[in-house]
Amino acid sequence: MDVLTLSQLQFAATGMFHWIFVPLTLGLSILTAWMETKYVTTGDEMWLRMTKFWGKLFLINFALGVVTGITMEFQFGMNWSEYSRYVGDIFGAPLAIEATFAFFLESVFIGVWIFGWNKVSKKAHLTAIWLASVATNISALIILLANAWMQKPVGYVLRNNRAEMENFLTVLLNPYGWIKFTHTLLSGYALAAFLIMGVSAWHLLRNNENDFFKRSFKLAAVWAFVASLGVALTGDFHAVEIAKTQPTKFAAMESQWETKRGVGMNLLILPNVAQECNSVEALCVPNALSMLAFHDPNAEIKGLKDFPKELRPMVTPTFLSFRLMVGLGSFMILASLVAIFLSRRQNLEQQRWFLTLMVFAIPAPYLAEQFGWLVAELGRQPWIVYGVLKTADAVSKSISTTQVALSLLGFTVLYGLLGAIDIFLLIKYAKKGPDKNISTIINVQGRA
Amino acid sequence: MDISVFQTIWFVLWGVLWAVYFMLDGFVLGTGFISGFLAKNDTEKRVLINTVGPVWDGNEVWLVTAGGATFAAFPTTYALMFSNLYSALLLLLFSLIVRGVSFEFRGKLESAAWKGAWDKAIIVFSFLPALLFGVAFGNIFKGIPMKNDFAAINFTYDGTLIGLLNPYGLVTGVLFVLLFAVHGSLYAAIKTTGDLSKRAAALANKLWLPLLVVAVVFLGYTYPATKLYGNFLKAPVLLIIPVIAVVSLLLVKLFAAKGECYKAFTFSCLTIVFVVFTGVTGLFPNLIPSSIDPASNLTIFNSSSSLLTLQIMTVVALIFVPTVIAYKIWVYRIFRAPVSNEDVLGSHDAY
Ligand code: HDD
Ligand code: HEM
Ligand code: HEM
Repeated sequence: MDVLTLSQLQFAATGMFHWIFVPLTLGLSILTAWMETKYVTTGDEMWLRMTKFWGKLFLINFALGVVTGITMEFQFGMNWSEYSRYVGDIFGAPLAIEATFAFFLESVFIGVWIFGWNKVSKKAHLTAIWLASVATNISALIILLANAWMQKPVGYVLRNNRAEMENFLTVLLNPYGWIKFTHTLLSGYALAAFLIMGVSAWHLLRNNENDFFKRSFKLAAVWAFVASLGVALTGDFHAVEIAKTQPTKFAAMESQWETKRGVGMNLLILPNVAQECNSVEALCVPNALSMLAFHDPNAEIKGLKDFPKELRPMVTPTFLSFRLMVGLGSFMILASLVAIFLSRRQNLEQQRWFLTLMVFAIPAPYLAEQFGWLVAELGRQPWIVYGVLKTADAVSKSISTTQVALSLLGFTVLYGLLGAIDIFLLIKYAKKGPDKNISTIINVQGRA
Repeated sequence: MDISVFQTIWFVLWGVLWAVYFMLDGFVLGTGFISGFLAKNDTEKRVLINTVGPVWDGNEVWLVTAGGATFAAFPTTYALMFSNLYSALLLLLFSLIVRGVSFEFRGKLESAAWKGAWDKAIIVFSFLPALLFGVAFGNIFKGIPMKNDFAAINFTYDGTLIGLLNPYGLVTGVLFVLLFAVHGSLYAAIKTTGDLSKRAAALANKLWLPLLVVAVVFLGYTYPATKLYGNFLKAPVLLIIPVIAVVSLLLVKLFAAKGECYKAFTFSCLTIVFVVFTGVTGLFPNLIPSSIDPASNLTIFNSSSSLLTLQIMTVVALIFVPTVIAYKIWVYRIFRAPVSNEDVLGSHDAY
């Protein structure tokens, strides 16, 4: 393998690993802040215990989000130096702004939140978690605007052998980025809510702390439903935007080979890349794809055959990832709807089949998250910045195959180990359940 | 305003970000790798970890910011520095990753073997970044073997990881290790109580002389090994910068010997900041010189962003950097009290 392929593998591996922890951080930080708000406004100790228990899981997860993020920051220069030089004038700014604005707030106030229970007043403590979680969400916005610029470059001119900033506001207001942001944020909220429901279901199946976990479940069910619905809605906006801006990605997502008008959507498809067609096409909904992409039943959709082979992304993985993400999303909407109904009844702990299902549903949003990035990034290939710079031209020139092979090996081993430990700890603390001993907590808060 | 004004502003900010990063993470790294010598039992280890607990992540973000600022203001330097020093940076990255999680993981299982393993991890992976940063900066002061043709966009590098371990790089590495060790001991002395605090202060006193010796060697060796003195000879008033560094270093000892560790710590902050300023002032207007061809130097002029990006980033820095400093001061004040054994034993939230 060459430096390019190895670097791609390494970027994908480290990015996807970062992305195991990030969505939970986005969602659980807000949910924890919400629970603490309930505690401060109602004085009900159950909310305090919930804040502590779910907050602990949040922190175990947060640690790996932080350390894997530093890798992302370094890799642009290490492996993609031609990219960094070529677009740094535009792409560097969001990364620097993210650090000065969001990461500082986040890291400093997380510290206050963890260590400040008996050092600051209740209100200040609550403010700390809100600042940290809002900053986390803002950091997502900024990095996603940067990523969106790679998907739909705006506000730049090609000058001095590179892309230079022409209009910063256009970069900030890139609609592609704002759709990405809402879609991603809501997906993180849904993921966190499914985790809370799953862990609560596990305890309810064992009749452990029923009041505590019923209340958690009930809260999470509503979040999960609203967020999943929003994810699907913003996902649709995404698809519409892609049909306009990245026709090759859209065609690959739908495995559409021929350019046609009034295209229907086949529910079952099996792409055949060698023959440039689909071996299976069945259960067609007439005109659905044209409708979805351009909100016009007769709109023309470009097929892959209209583009030279070297400008097409890998069709099968892009297509499958997209279908799987949408499938999992649909399941999440249904499951959370049922969850809302059942959690309003008194006998939630007796709905054993459903609770069991919810335990096993914990991985569903995690998988959908990963598939989502695969669609976005694989579908953009061979471009690193769509229509501007090819991935093959972006890779560093001064690094050797051995260096990258070794670093990829190092990341695999290190991340494998840390990931295993982190997930082990998450499961351990999730199973342990909330602290019974509330008195110490109250003492400490009493000083406030 | 002319672009060179903004390029200079960003050069200064670049130096400030690195200086503040080393001042802040310096004591976290230092406390980390001296914890092996200082702490006698599990409780004392926990106390040491908890002295840095609330602040380590916020301190590390200065590194992320320094990296991000290099990317935004001097993209060509960011690109070439990170790819040319690939293997060294990778080691640094791995060390920072392990150090970060070990704080969080150590206390999560009640097992002596588990805790022992993370204790070792904290020592090793706090020591390595200190050394590696020193070696990296030594080599930056000296220049690295790169040939850059900016017009033809042709950049080559023929250094190796072993090549970075040259005598000057190593001296700078040892200098950083000792600076951080003294800095971390003083921090531990003011942030702990009783016997532990006394032992930390004693360690700082003991390490000071080796530090002084290495600092003198470094200053002397810098003359033949680098071109850093050029700027100071051209404008002797700049000599005030290394003079402040040296005077601060002497005051560290003066106060540490008297047991006034708070003041000693303040001056070790100043020492670190002014050591970095000395190096950076010597570099100007280079960010990274080439050791083989002066025309290949990465300077603020040939590697910077466009005027517009520099202007935007200046506004961003003017708004956020003072804000960050303000709330960080507030947070340090909240956690100003030393950490005692009772604090960690009685808490569910401490590390
Ligand atoms: C949509 C959200 C999102 C995306 C796409 C990324 N990250 Fe991330 N990142 C976060 C959302 C996030 C976060 C949720 O805000 C984290 C996780 C845990 C944390 O502390 O912040 C974080 C942590 C984090 C940190 C550590 C900050 C600290 O020390 O506190 C760095 C340096 C980065 N990220 C950098 C990156 C880079 C360079 C990315 C692009 C390649 C990237 N992240 C993708
Ligand atoms: C954290 C979530 C992310 C994941 C899981 C992810 C995943 C991926 C994957 C799978 C590829 C591989 C494409 C290939 O092999 O051809 C890729 C490529 C790339 N992505 Fe992302 N990505 C993420 C976020 C980002 C963000 C936020 C950016 C920009 C800020 C980004 C920039 C890139 C770049 C530069 C490449 C090109 C290198 C390559 O082709 O491997 N990615 N990403
Ligand atoms: C239910 C219907 C859904 C639709 C129609 C949909 C649509 C899309 C589309 C079109 C993209 C590609 C964006 C691009 O190429 O830039 C995408 C990306 C993504 N999706 Fe979905 N999605 C759905 C569900 C989900 C679910 C359930 C999750 C996770 C819980 C999820 C997480 C993501 C993520 C993380 C990305 C990458 C970031 C981004 O580009 O926004 N999606 N989605």
